[in-house]
Amino acid sequence: MNFSLTEEQQMLADSVRRWVRDGHDGEARRRDKTRRPLDAALWRQFAELGWLALPFAEDDGGLGGGPVETLVLMEELGRGLVVAPYVPTVVLGGGLLRRAGPAWRERHLPALIEGRLQLALALDEYERVFAPENTALTATAEQGGYRLDGRKALVLNGDQADALLVLARTGGVPGDEHGLSLFWLTPDQDGVSLAPHRTVDGHTAAKLTLERVHLPAEALVGEPGGALAPLRATLDEALLALGAEAVGALSVLLDDTVEYAKTRRQFGVPIGDFQALQHRMADMFMALEQLRSLLLAATLKVAEGHADARRAVHALKARLGLDGRHLAQEAIQLHGGMGMTDELAVGHYFKRLTAINGLFGGADAHLAAFADA
Amino acid sequence: MDLTIPDHEQSFREEVRDFLARAMTPEIREAGRLTTSVFAPVKQAMDWQRILHEQGWAAPHWPREYGGTGWSVGQRTVFAEELVRAGAPPLIPMGLQMCGPCLIGYGTEEQKAHYLPRILSGEDIWCQGYSEPGAGSDLASLKTFAESDGDHYVINGTKIWTTYAHHANRMFLLVRTRRDGKPQAGITFLLLDMATPGITVEPIVGLDEVPEQCQVFFDNVRVPKANRVGEENDGWTVAKYLLTFERGGQDYAPGLGVQLEQLKARARRQATATGSLADDPLWRRQVADCETRVLALSFTEQRIKSALSAGKDPGALSSMTKILGTELQQRVTELAVDTLGAQALLWQPGALVPGGGEAPLGPEYALTTMASYLNARACSIYGGSNEVQRGIIAKAVLGL
Repeated sequence: MNFSLTEEQQMLADSVRRWVRDGHDGEARRRDKTRRPLDAALWRQFAELGWLALPFAEDDGGLGGGPVETLVLMEELGRGLVVAPYVPTVVLGGGLLRRAGPAWRERHLPALIEGRLQLALALDEYERVFAPENTALTATAEQGGYRLDGRKALVLNGDQADALLVLARTGGVPGDEHGLSLFWLTPDQDGVSLAPHRTVDGHTAAKLTLERVHLPAEALVGEPGGALAPLRATLDEALLALGAEAVGALSVLLDDTVEYAKTRRQFGVPIGDFQALQHRMADMFMALEQLRSLLLAATLKVAEGHADARRAVHALKARLGLDGRHLAQEAIQLHGGMGMTDELAVGHYFKRLTAINGLFGGADAHLAAFADA
Repeated sequence: MDLTIPDHEQSFREEVRDFLARAMTPEIREAGRLTTSVFAPVKQAMDWQRILHEQGWAAPHWPREYGGTGWSVGQRTVFAEELVRAGAPPLIPMGLQMCGPCLIGYGTEEQKAHYLPRILSGEDIWCQGYSEPGAGSDLASLKTFAESDGDHYVINGTKIWTTYAHHANRMFLLVRTRRDGKPQAGITFLLLDMATPGITVEPIVGLDEVPEQCQVFFDNVRVPKANRVGEENDGWTVAKYLLTFERGGQDYAPGLGVQLEQLKARARRQATATGSLADDPLWRRQVADCETRVLALSFTEQRIKSALSAGKDPGALSSMTKILGTELQQRVTELAVDTLGAQALLWQPGALVPGGGEAPLGPEYALTTMASYLNARACSIYGGSNEVQRGIIAKAVLGL
């Protein structure tokens, strides 16, 4: 058992950290409240730095990295609170393409890796608790293909994506694990409407409405009715990536809080002298270390294909929702009134963590899934 | 990064398993089942230590030259895990885990040659004289005084919460040898023979009605200066070294994992109106909450050991595992009580004595559940209360 990074992984961590520090004006981006289009220069840099190639096989033009490399990248991006569609495009979209067979990989991965293809996965639906098998949006077989009707909520990066992967039901009823299929569609197709919106954390998404969208049979990604298995494997990777981002963000919240407690003076002393606050910061420290342990456990188990890997992913997401949320709430409380302002970074980290906790099932759902696994 | 278990550790696990299956007598197994504290029943624990010692496995963490095994950190973990899985009673830690490592670190050659073999073999049973009625979390305020008198110290004062003092023939203790200056700077670390005239031991009955703790009184107790460990007035250095062992020397996660598995098995036997408690979503959530925390703790413990193997000092991280491990221990015993409901109220201390011959009026685990819950309330108090540990993290890790 070994928990150290290889030399290459360490170099990756250093390079991301350097870029976050020197090459990325996170604060300026935070202050910009308009739903600006994706900073194309930023995405180009991601491509040039090789980050878009990270999780793809060398045969597909990638760097052959795995979950550990993604962890290294995402933790640093989390530390820097970098707003970029890495998870929607590379982890989710790329993850599904990786699992969709050679034709899909050949057709789309080169563009994705070069930064010319943005993706989005349309998964959540309005008034349906998150679970892939809970999907209701229908894809009805018709002459030469399928007709899609329905709505998808909170399509992450749906406002920027060049193509969308839509989870639809080609058979069965909501709740069934079979009958789920994935479709590739582009926003310009007839019957597709996207209503872009901001999300609470400064990212962007869209509401997707499909009305009599006719797709050719070739738009089906993977096996008809067999989308659940590749989707779940991809979601595991997304949960790990978000977990790493969250751990990076939480480490900043702890550091900022401790720093603030050392400098903010009340009653003639730094507030960090008060035992009531010291113990709460000690608890924040322990929560962070426990989450880091779960992140490593889940990431390594997925990377090595352990039988209990998914159980560890559930544990990570559940504890993030319980302990990570509490840590972030404590960070605001210990910053006092300043923690409530848009000016300080604390609140922005808090909102990103809140968003991560809400994505792809919350703490209760993952705790229940952990118990059933 | 990888989770690979080396082949030699896998085969070592088999070796340990085979040995334990062979070596644990029915009496020792019974004592393991009836242990409701970190301190196992003394007779069976010492019998078990002698069996392990014959195998050369009584103190795996000691350096080989003093009777340790020379195992890697990984092997030591495997050994500890297998002991827990087999349900072995824990060995009494005061000699093997506390006094021994202290002597190895700070004892003279004579002290090491005399005491270490007797700790290993179980010939000596040690107790720890640290806390006093007026010095608990604030250990450095201790007042038991050792007056210099030629080549002896003459000790007067009292120690409290001295686990198994009524079973022990030796004590290591902290005494004050100077009254002026910083409190920490006037403390000396001594070893004494419990048969020395002037020592009175009074057992203290705990919530579980077991006299596990004692108060010890010293009335002009003469201790040779040759029994001093480290320099006079420098006992705090030795004491702190030892406390690190007391707090972080053990892994909590393997034992907690076993307890949760046992709890799930018991819940399956608790019928509800519609099935078993093990199917109840609210109960399952409580268990999952504990299990996810144990999973995190087990990897934290692995990370700390991985750092230890690389020669790094885990330092204040032992405070973290002490807090997390003991608070989870308390939570798991609490959940065990909830799982049994009123069945856990059965109180039959006689049936908890190994070899006592009193038949339990219900499942054996119904007896141990409440006693464990009561005893576990002490986990967050002993070894430096968890509030003190949080203070250590705040200062040593966060720099507050």
